[in-house]
Amino acid sequence: MSETQSTYNYKVVRQFAVMTVVWGIVGMLVGVIIAAQLVWPELNVGWLHFGRLRPLHTNAVIFAFGGSALFATSYYVVQRTCHTRIFSDGLAAFTFWGWQLVIVLAALTLPLGFTQGKEYAELEWPIDILITLVWVAYAVVFFGTIAKRKVTHIYVANWFYGGFILAVALLHLVNSAAIPVSLTKSYSAYAGVQDAMVQWWYGHNAVGFFLTAGFLGMMYYFVPKQAERPVYSYRLSVVHFWALIFTYMWAGPHHLHYTALPDWTQSVGMLFSLILLAPSWGGMINGVMTLSGAWHKLRDDPILKFLITSLSFYGMSTFEGPMMAIKTVNALSHYTDWTVGHVHSGALGWVAMVSIGSIYYLLPRLFGKSEMFSVKLITVHFWVATIGVVLYIASMWIAGVMQGLMWRAVNLDGTLTYSFVESVKASYPFWAIRFLGGVLFLCGMLIMAYNMVKTIAGGRTVDDARVLLPAAHHA
Amino acid sequence: MNDFVNQFWNWYVILLVLVSIIACGVLLWTQSSPPAGSKVDTTGHVWDETLEEYNNPLPKWWMWLFYITVIFSLVYAVLYPTLGSFPGLLGWSSSGQWAKEMAKFDEQTRPLYAKYMKTDLKALAADKEANETGKRLYLTYCMQCHGADARGSKGFPNLADNDWQWGGEPAQIVETISAGRMGVMPPHAQLGAETIKDLAAYVRSLSALPADPVRVAKGQEAFNSAGCSGCHGPDGKGMHALGAPNLTDKVWLYGSSEATIIETITKGRTNQMPAWKEFLGDEKVHVLSAYVLSLSPDAAASK
Repeated sequence: MSETQSTYNYKVVRQFAVMTVVWGIVGMLVGVIIAAQLVWPELNVGWLHFGRLRPLHTNAVIFAFGGSALFATSYYVVQRTCHTRIFSDGLAAFTFWGWQLVIVLAALTLPLGFTQGKEYAELEWPIDILITLVWVAYAVVFFGTIAKRKVTHIYVANWFYGGFILAVALLHLVNSAAIPVSLTKSYSAYAGVQDAMVQWWYGHNAVGFFLTAGFLGMMYYFVPKQAERPVYSYRLSVVHFWALIFTYMWAGPHHLHYTALPDWTQSVGMLFSLILLAPSWGGMINGVMTLSGAWHKLRDDPILKFLITSLSFYGMSTFEGPMMAIKTVNALSHYTDWTVGHVHSGALGWVAMVSIGSIYYLLPRLFGKSEMFSVKLITVHFWVATIGVVLYIASMWIAGVMQGLMWRAVNLDGTLTYSFVESVKASYPFWAIRFLGGVLFLCGMLIMAYNMVKTIAGGRTVDDARVLLPAAHHA
Repeated sequence: MNDFVNQFWNWYVILLVLVSIIACGVLLWTQSSPPAGSKVDTTGHVWDETLEEYNNPLPKWWMWLFYITVIFSLVYAVLYPTLGSFPGLLGWSSSGQWAKEMAKFDEQTRPLYAKYMKTDLKALAADKEANETGKRLYLTYCMQCHGADARGSKGFPNLADNDWQWGGEPAQIVETISAGRMGVMPPHAQLGAETIKDLAAYVRSLSALPADPVRVAKGQEAFNSAGCSGCHGPDGKGMHALGAPNLTDKVWLYGSSEATIIETITKGRTNQMPAWKEFLGDEKVHVLSAYVLSLSPDAAASK
């Protein structure tokens, strides 16, 4: 049979896996720099001031680090669970080089000040077109592989990866619609509050699909693989998948509470955000409960530690999110560092940790080793990263609630108790702690890079992994 | 106010929202009964050698959590504005909430401000308690331009000195804050670079800054012939009614260097103090004016 002679395409997986670590370090380094700029404002110089670097940080960690992790794992998972080689090696290679070009262009244009001014969608229209081309190629490769699968049923991880790819295509096309006036400048196709609504429909679903659905796909493969246990409940995965992808689409207006957006739209956003709590937790339950009967493995398997801790942070953030979407809570939390803390409990605790765990799983398999160069260093990485996240989010909670309370404090004579700059001054100690948390998380990534380089040095590039025959159905 | 151009879109929104909320509940309900058979087993599918799935029933507590959020949403949608233009049974709105909170504060602070309003502004400037309120108003609304210490910066007047561009009498300060001011120094490029340089030398000499005496003499002549004295006065002491600065007091709004003065004369300057009457109301402007008056050393000395 010719199929048994066929091999998996590990090359593109390897490329994206290595770049995940590289971009993780770059993106988090920029994050550490802007955190330092808040503590020491004199660090804001020229093109490298906070306003220019902040979008570079968000783009680098979300799309370069997170994106590379999603590409790497989805290409690996879709091949392994469809029991077939990837559809079109050429297109897959195009997605790798195209995506790297997008990242490099972002790193050049954002500090130069070319921006559409839309959060998480800052890149100007020529880069947007390149993103579209890469994404269409990605969809063709992914769904092409699904189409030529050798098993009847599509594994749950692929539902989430597929949903993520389709939704991100839709979000990108609608929100980036703009009228170009020159090569480097364009204006949004929408105006006023409609523009704000489209932007936050995009913004929240970037979180929901890019940073959640895709990474749930990752979770559904690597958690059961690493735990060597079956997924807890197929039934639960069906319910929470459909509920999650349906409900996320409605939640965007909670970013615009108490604004010019009509009250009814704000309410709809708030209610669907509340409904989103259970579907989100469905994913956490399914991941964590997969470990039942194998809890002892957590004790000495640092990869599993990363994966399970990421699910804990996922559960925490997806509880916090709906709470913050409630209008009265939002009145306190909005525009404060609480939001920044919330985002990072998701971004560092969930997205980064599940990616790190998955990449540690992948690297030895891609480079012909039975395990990483040093398992001990993975454990060190885990603890450094966990302490970093905790410092980060705890300091931002305190700073955020403090800012919210200071801004709303009113004297008996009707004047504000604190001027804005007083709240800035009061935030300094917490910004210093946040900086420290960020430094720790970055150190973890550097440890990972060292471990990766050593693993690669002692290994070989695996390009002869045979495509496995599907197991015979016993039902 | 209606957010919809016609009733179609209103009903479109109402139905879509209701159906979508209910659909979440229905999806859950169809999957709520435990799978047939008492023994929990895997689904029988295997991927990539080892990947299997149990078919455990949905956790009960999770199901209830889900149902509760759906029911809460339906109740909320009836009570609060959610379903298109239907305002909700409680009649709440975000603008209504704001108006109510503002009314509460107005009610609470009215006696205090009424008392201040009755006090003469100069007397109020010596009132410690009123100045505390004035300072907090200043730190909320004024410090963005005039600075936390009220010493201003380039283009933004220093309020803590004795110099008044538009006059330091109580009524003038109130007018400045209430109605705002628009200061215009017209451009004089037509005078030619040499004459402008002479003028700059003369202006510097008025504040006893070093300047070429030949140019100073020529500049003084030009000052009277080119129309400068029309606003700044023949002696250069300025005119409050026009907001024309006193050029002899060593106070510089834009800077005293020769280059800056040449720029000011050549290109002119346009500057605006926004009007606050509508936003703050007469009472707060009164208290704020007293505070601004109290900042100048002369006023403090006359207490």
